Amino acid sequence: MTDTQIDPRGPRFGAALTAVLLVVVLLLGTGTAAVVLLAVVAVSFALGVARGVQGTWQAAVFRALVRPRLAAPTELEDARPPRFAQLVGFVVTGVGLVLALFGVSAAVPVSAAIALVAAFLNAAFGLCLGCEMYLLGLRLRSRSA
Amino acid sequence: MLRLVLVLAVLAVATVLGLWWRSRNGRFTPVERSVLDRAARLDVAGLPVLSGTTSSESSAPRTSSAHAGSSGPAVASRVDSFVTPDQLGVPLGATATFLQLSSEVCTPCRRTHAVLTALADERDGVTHVDLDVAEHLDLVRQFDVLRTPTVLLLDPAGVVVGRMSGATSRAQAVGALDHLRTPEESS
Repeated sequence: MTDTQIDPRGPRFGAALTAVLLVVVLLLGTGTAAVVLLAVVAVSFALGVARGVQGTWQAAVFRALVRPRLAAPTELEDARPPRFAQLVGFVVTGVGLVLALFGVSAAVPVSAAIALVAAFLNAAFGLCLGCEMYLLGLRLRSRSA
Repeated sequence: MLRLVLVLAVLAVATVLGLWWRSRNGRFTPVERSVLDRAARLDVAGLPVLSGTTSSESSAPRTSSAHAGSSGPAVASRVDSFVTPDQLGVPLGATATFLQLSSEVCTPCRRTHAVLTALADERDGVTHVDLDVAEHLDLVRQFDVLRTPTVLLLDPAGVVVGRMSGATSRAQAVGALDHLRTPEESS
């Protein structure tokens, strides 16, 4: 499990799907539909945390529809970094969802916007924002410890 | 309409961030010459930190001066500017050492690792060391490392002459080595 290697195009394609959903969340505003769709995104991230990014529905779509049309990958990547990114996405959307359920409706577009920046950067540039911030988190944790 | 503008604004911000990030990746930032000269003077005045030091010598400046405190900032700047073989865990390269700081959750770290290992194999005197940030937070703090991978380029004495962060290409790594060979002494 720790040494699982995956096609790096999978998580990027998945991030593109997530980005589209988050755009729709932003367009829906703060209503029930927006909250429900944000919950769908949060659950997708939770799947990615629990089973690895290759266990999400986005990955299933990639395997079923996209990968058969692509050439074999030139390189594989470790499954752990994208899984960590899923955790970051889950925290961002999860916090927005919880705040929304407590009546802070503005949390829906705010958390969707933050998650959209991260998902878009991942899809368009291959940048894993959560991974870039991992070291900052490590430094803060060890300082408080 | 307002929501659409919001979406476009978010995507625009993300695009700017992404372009900036990409332009920074692997760019070599040399330590300023004046800083290196000052560090060299302090090394002469202080404890020996030249290459080929034995382990007892090399461990001395780090541990003693880090806690001495009496000479204040001068000591701090000297300690900040070099890495000892003890910290590396291996001897310094005769020409150059790439000290790579990587983390577990880092895809570009693997690519950079492959690039630098290949370069070190090809060139005599060039060493590549890859350390995990989680186990070397002392180095992370000492050199204010904010992201992985960060690569510090060390001269034969262990003095940090420059750094790169993010995915580093072979051309960028070779360019950094050239910088070490031909210091800007013309000016």
